Amino acid sequence: MTTVAQRRRGRAVGLLVLRRLGFAVPVLLLVSFALFALAKASPFDPVERYFGLRIIGASPERVAQIRENWGVDRPVVEQYLAWLRHAVAGDLGDSLSLRQPVSEVIGDRLPWTVLLVSIGFGLALLLGLLLGTAAAWRQGGWLDRTITAVSYTLEAAPVFWLGLAALYVFALQLHWLPGGGLTDAGAALGVGQVVTHLVLPVSVLAVSQAPWFVLFVRQNLLESFSQDHVIGARSRGLTDRRVVLGHALRTSLLPFLTLLGARLPELITGALLVETVFSWPGIARATVDAALNVDFALMGALTVLATSVVLLGNLLADVLYALADPRVGLDG
Amino acid sequence: MADQRVWRPVPRSRIAAASTPRSPRWRLIPSAAVLGIAVAAVVLVPLVVDLNQQLVDLAAANRPPEPAHPFGTDELGRDVLLRCVYALRVSLTVGLVAALVSSAVGTAVGALAGSLGGWVDRLLMRLVDTVASVPHLLLGIVIVAILRPSLSAVIISIGLTHWLTSARIVRSEILSLRSRPFVDAAIVGGSSRLRILVRHLLPNVTPQVLLSTTLMIPHAVWHETALSFLGLGLPPHEASIGNMINDAQRSLLTGGWWMSLAPGLVLIVVTLAISGASGVWRDRLNPRRRSELTW
Repeated sequence: MTTVAQRRRGRAVGLLVLRRLGFAVPVLLLVSFALFALAKASPFDPVERYFGLRIIGASPERVAQIRENWGVDRPVVEQYLAWLRHAVAGDLGDSLSLRQPVSEVIGDRLPWTVLLVSIGFGLALLLGLLLGTAAAWRQGGWLDRTITAVSYTLEAAPVFWLGLAALYVFALQLHWLPGGGLTDAGAALGVGQVVTHLVLPVSVLAVSQAPWFVLFVRQNLLESFSQDHVIGARSRGLTDRRVVLGHALRTSLLPFLTLLGARLPELITGALLVETVFSWPGIARATVDAALNVDFALMGALTVLATSVVLLGNLLADVLYALADPRVGLDG
Repeated sequence: MADQRVWRPVPRSRIAAASTPRSPRWRLIPSAAVLGIAVAAVVLVPLVVDLNQQLVDLAAANRPPEPAHPFGTDELGRDVLLRCVYALRVSLTVGLVAALVSSAVGTAVGALAGSLGGWVDRLLMRLVDTVASVPHLLLGIVIVAILRPSLSAVIISIGLTHWLTSARIVRSEILSLRSRPFVDAAIVGGSSRLRILVRHLLPNVTPQVLLSTTLMIPHAVWHETALSFLGLGLPPHEASIGNMINDAQRSLLTGGWWMSLAPGLVLIVVTLAISGASGVWRDRLNPRRRSELTW
């Protein structure tokens, strides 16, 4: 049974979604235009790039014809609008470095990145909750000190360095797990192959993301221990387990929801480096290749993609937060 | 019988509210000591030993750690620890300059937004939100790719991606300072907007700006390291920590683990020292806004 208040709340959440989607459109336009303008301002000429050394022997007419076809000499705004028209229709242009359509590159690679990132993120959250709660529960004890010290250290360690360390120990020395790629050389793509190749990258991503969650959960739990409802629960004589898991953790998890969205950029950054270390055939590898080869079509599409993921993640986190906590205001 | 249940002893609870942190000294002294050693090494060692003059000694190449070379030697027989000192010098310089650049950009944006208010403020804050929604390493990669990898490209890339925090801090500080009586007094005294900003508002924001610049250094170093690792950072001859780790990847395959170990450890220790020391400073400056994320 829904009450009037609940229905009103539901409508307010719907409005929030609409408003945020409305904000996302100008952001994406601005980001894509800025990239476009930067690409045009850079000294790189895509036509020269296309010809490479052959430009010396190429006839001026042919070069001029390609310039004309690609429209590289028209004003930036005009070119941008043309790109936008095609992009809205689903045509993101061709990647110069990988020599295939950008949408194909993304379609081929996105599922692998999503697989890596979602499992890694889930694992990092789980580690954060478990270790953060354990540390807060035993505040000041050896467990707490160990967990906090390890977290600070891992937080300071570059993720690719952790990746190399894991690669060396588990793949090169112990030979427990494969060191990179999606499958063994020449092996067919199968669930077993992918799972064994996924273990190291996912663990490294999770271990590098977890410390932040651990420290956050620990701090929030400690703060909630001095809140009235927790003190009340303790004074009623409930067991520690009941107080921590049933009362303190529940309230301190609320801000956690918003953070899921706020951590997305970090997660994408981490995935980019982890994919590079383990030659994971995801989006990140394509990004680095695109950057090394000054492949603007691919770079622009990937940046816009990452930005929309971040915006969507923030929105999702806010909606979850609003649904979980009726006290949250919905304006702004 | 019922009485027994009532008087059952309650188990001792181990839950405790967040205890008051111990004296900051236990963070400050080790952090300052490590920083002191790192800075001294980075400044003094190159004066004493020249890496380029150190003879390439192929007989001593690829040695694992031993008393003469605590972190081993590289494929040319150079001491890995000595290379780390040189690399740290480059990384710290880039980090410091980039942190200064990003703070300058952030302060300018924050000061404009905070002191002008109105639509300028709204526009600039929307800009901040927009840049914040692009993952910063990705944006950094794009900027470096466009400018071509070089020292200045890396610094610009960090400067243009890391100014958001200081812009937000400066704006909110200025907004709260604006309602203070001394600003009213200056307005009544006939000072221009610019004079109020430069003489009255900015000096009061300076400590916060310096703090956020310091806190930015580890981020900037990290960013530079990541870019260099991807091959999009500093050119190979300006070896930074990231370049060193990138180089060491090849040796890793042939068992030379020590070449990757040292630069990573040096980076971790120095990062912890910078954030430890600036954490003490921050707690003193903003006693109520204690963050859980830097120690």
